[in-house]
Amino acid sequence: MAEDKKMFKVKIDNISVEVEPGTTILNAARLIGGEVVPPAMCYYSKLEGSGGKCRTCIVKVTKGSDADPRPMPKLVASCRTTVMDGMEVANITSPEVLDARKGVVEFLLINHPLDCPICDQAGECHLQDLGYENGSEATRYEFKRRTFDKVDLGDKIKLHMTRCILCYRCVFTADQLTQKREHGILGRGDAAEIGTYIKQSLDNDFIGNVIDVCPVGALTDNTFRFKNRVWFLKPVDAHRNCNNPKCCGKVVLWMRGDEVFRVTARKDEYGEVENFICDECRFEKKDKNDWVIEGPRKINHHSVISQGQYVNTVKPLDPLVDVLDGRKPKLLFNIHSESQVNRPEIDLSKIEGPAHSDDFIIKKS
Amino acid sequence: MQPLTNRAKQVDRRPMTLAEKLYLPAIGKGMGITFKHIFKRKATVSFPDQTREFSPVFRGLHILNRDEEGRERCTACGLCAVACPAEAITMEAAERKPGEENLYREEKYAARYEINMLRCIFCGFCEEACPKDAIYLSETFAPANYQRKGFIYGKDDLLIPDPKAQGK
Repeated sequence: MAEDKKMFKVKIDNISVEVEPGTTILNAARLIGGEVVPPAMCYYSKLEGSGGKCRTCIVKVTKGSDADPRPMPKLVASCRTTVMDGMEVANITSPEVLDARKGVVEFLLINHPLDCPICDQAGECHLQDLGYENGSEATRYEFKRRTFDKVDLGDKIKLHMTRCILCYRCVFTADQLTQKREHGILGRGDAAEIGTYIKQSLDNDFIGNVIDVCPVGALTDNTFRFKNRVWFLKPVDAHRNCNNPKCCGKVVLWMRGDEVFRVTARKDEYGEVENFICDECRFEKKDKNDWVIEGPRKINHHSVISQGQYVNTVKPLDPLVDVLDGRKPKLLFNIHSESQVNRPEIDLSKIEGPAHSDDFIIKKS
Repeated sequence: MQPLTNRAKQVDRRPMTLAEKLYLPAIGKGMGITFKHIFKRKATVSFPDQTREFSPVFRGLHILNRDEEGRERCTACGLCAVACPAEAITMEAAERKPGEENLYREEKYAARYEINMLRCIFCGFCEEACPKDAIYLSETFAPANYQRKGFIYGKDDLLIPDPKAQGK
């Protein structure tokens, strides 16, 4: 069977690749990998029907196919356009595409509050990456930005509608992963917003995955809210035997010392979840002893998350041991006795929601 | 070997003459140089009474800034800590509660903010990294201290006084 299948030859940025009929341009580019892969904010390979909303993956088709070599008249969304035999696509080699993408980023950021210093997604945000790579350095928008109040979707998920770019990923996740969807998009156009009808709480075993699929900081983990910045935490691969049959139990723990600050699913190089995890694993197992730790997670060294994590460093031998004939050097000052940060009495990772001013009062016993 | 500069002088190792052995002419010559400096402009200032003018780009002790309404500007975004090459800055964030709007500018703020002045190299990267104009390096020195624990600066040491509270 496999031999009979006709493979389509596609050229993306002058790199040839053979793909099956029905593959989208985006997925063909992902087979090549590297710089030619268009960025995608709304397309999610694990979710059926996603894509076609954000327009960041637009590419130029310079040659339609061998049969009809005319170029496509407009830039097309690569996540929704399937390849044809002999198709030639220009992504980063086309200045027109780069210019159009810059415009798309500017439009996505028009109503974005740009509150990255506060946002918990900062450091792993796709919109930050997109803006950094394709956007302009300053905004030209002078009008009032669209604002919404923060909403609690259940007690574990916080929705910042102001940050949302309406990619619909969370709606697809809820539709396809959980038994019944309770949230969707209300309103149209500029007034469109993610909402639960009459502020119904989301209560499903897998609804926590909307946090992972959200490309921006619109849906964030309330149990991790403001606890720490992602780049100060150490991502560690871990697993546990989850009772939920649909949950694989394979996660990433975001740790600081022995404290587990956050649990997320494992994400691949395109920021897509490898296996969805259940809410019990995500929200309730915030203890190191609940997990079997496999080892540190590999993080792309261009990511800010990889800062301060020195892998494969060789620690030089301490010469003091020889010089002092085995005596220990006298410690003149222990920083932990004086520092008020990271007090062992205050376990931030164990607090339910975000910390408040009264959480930092040290109780004298 | 080729000398690097033309200022190199060969050391004179000839035995001293009688006049040189007396030492007195050499002492007189040396004292002459010493007394000449009495009439020159002094290079030092008597520090606590007199202070030198700082250069406008001087980087000294850190301050945490407030906005016009006296609210803390810092949102504990962690960019100063990640920019710090000496890893001197640590912080813990908290969420602003209703009723604390007059204290903190944004919904998230630094509940704890600490700079270890023993580690700090006064490079000013924190000031450059800050997106909220919250941290500044002022034109003062970090004062000396007898104990190391006096160099762990918390928020009460770094925050500038509230301009509104001072007016009362």
